[in-house]
Amino acid sequence: MKRVYVEEQWCLGCHLCEVNCAFANSGLDDMVKALKDKDLRPRIHIEDGESIHFAVSCRHCEDALCLKSCIAGAISKQDGVVRIDKNKCVGCYTCVLVCPYGALRPSEEGPMEKCELCLGNACGEPACVTGCPNRAIVFAEKEGA
Amino acid sequence: MEYVILGNSAAAVGCIEGIRSVDREGPITVVASEPYHTYSRPLISYLLEGKTDLERMKYRPDSYYEEMGVRTRLGVRAAALQPEEHKVVLEGGEELSYDKLLVATGSTPFVPPLEGLDTVEKQFTFLSLDDGKKLEAALTPESRVFILGAGLIGLKCAEGIARRVRSVEVADLANQVLPSILDEEGAKRVQAHLEKQGLTFHLGDTVARFSGNTATLQSGASVNFDVLVLAVGVRPNVSLVQDAGGRVERGVVIDSTGLTTLPDVYAAGDCCQSYDSTSGENKVLALLPNAYFQGECAGKTMAGEASSFTRAMPMNAIGFFGLHLITAGSYRGEKLVEEDGKNYKAFFVEDGLLKGYILLGDCLENAGIYTALIREQTPLNTVDFSLLREHPQFMAFSQAKRREMFGR
Repeated sequence: MKRVYVEEQWCLGCHLCEVNCAFANSGLDDMVKALKDKDLRPRIHIEDGESIHFAVSCRHCEDALCLKSCIAGAISKQDGVVRIDKNKCVGCYTCVLVCPYGALRPSEEGPMEKCELCLGNACGEPACVTGCPNRAIVFAEKEGA
Repeated sequence: MEYVILGNSAAAVGCIEGIRSVDREGPITVVASEPYHTYSRPLISYLLEGKTDLERMKYRPDSYYEEMGVRTRLGVRAAALQPEEHKVVLEGGEELSYDKLLVATGSTPFVPPLEGLDTVEKQFTFLSLDDGKKLEAALTPESRVFILGAGLIGLKCAEGIARRVRSVEVADLANQVLPSILDEEGAKRVQAHLEKQGLTFHLGDTVARFSGNTATLQSGASVNFDVLVLAVGVRPNVSLVQDAGGRVERGVVIDSTGLTTLPDVYAAGDCCQSYDSTSGENKVLALLPNAYFQGECAGKTMAGEASSFTRAMPMNAIGFFGLHLITAGSYRGEKLVEEDGKNYKAFFVEDGLLKGYILLGDCLENAGIYTALIREQTPLNTVDFSLLREHPQFMAFSQAKRREMFGR
């Protein structure tokens, strides 16, 4: 299955992936309306060091601890993609407790949200990858797979 | 291979999913005393609070049993095990044969033998959906509710009903709230937050006797109430295994695969003991994720795939009136605290390993990084722990480790 992988050595730390992620998941078609003066809440996050930058996002784990730990049964896997039903989530943070990748964060309304590879929004493929100017994030099969 | 599962909550669902990851065909029968589609027990407080409903709190979709090839016998109680004959006797005498059996019978609220308890007209426990429904039916906007027990169940109950009753008072023999998961400092902060929401506490105190709607506490104080909730703890449902000759200590004894001391009888969830990898002790870890993982492991083993679950530990994520906290592991070794007016963080380090932590407030982001350090027993000298204590982040790991985690 194709996943989002990070090529740390190419990351400029420009944070465009965060902007594109937030826009793709906003449900709006005007980027200014979607993002201006808004709390971005992207589902991919850049960490910046002095000379190191890299993106982190959901790994869509084979053995997804979030799915197995969710007390509400709100997390499921469909065709390998780990998804969360925000209508069922009660915002208890158990998924935050167990996920080793920091992949789940609360939405503005409370329920958790996460990267679903843009399959459920208008983008249709990961917006973070499409918009990355230096191909520091790729959507691909695992090497050697 | 024919499977029977006694129970229909997280451990049972874990078992079904474990079996079906190995064996798509073998018939599975779920027997449960509650007449409901599998639902999430910890959500009953959210149900009373109006944050979920009976549809949304289903733990798996309506189509689940059919899709998983599971036959259900709901509202039916198992009366006895006959492990030598590989049979379960149901109430009413019907016998079910199995090749592999899972006992996932959960726990029952403990009702302490308190003087005069039988004179209290409206008394409830708070574990099952029926408990929640009965309590809800007894509540009015004028109800004064007295909750005995300031643990997870008592305080979630308090949150669930606080906005729909006149008052909530909570008593606990411990000197602090959430004694099983918080240290004193963390507990003080949670208590102060709950008091701001209007809750009243009687800590280090408990009921000496009841007389109708009045409780006299050991301190001499008295509490007048209309509705009593007993939330002092739960007891594992071990009798089926015990009566059949299986070994029981604090809960049903299982090995790392989930097998009890009875042949082809497995157990998982709140009815059995876990090996806590952070303390090295066997204890009952009555936690939903733990139940799922034990059930899943047992299911795989039952279906013939070698499997073991060895990474159990205490862990809780919970919130009260907007204040969230996450705790994990054991509070042993050196305690390192980071705090300010808003947030409280405590780390427990022993032998160069993170053994436990407490996060309270607006500092929960990426907490799973800490949990993974405990779970994987990562030596802290291989990460930048001072950076991690500030904020859990991947910058604290080596480039090689990051590549392993996020690279192609």
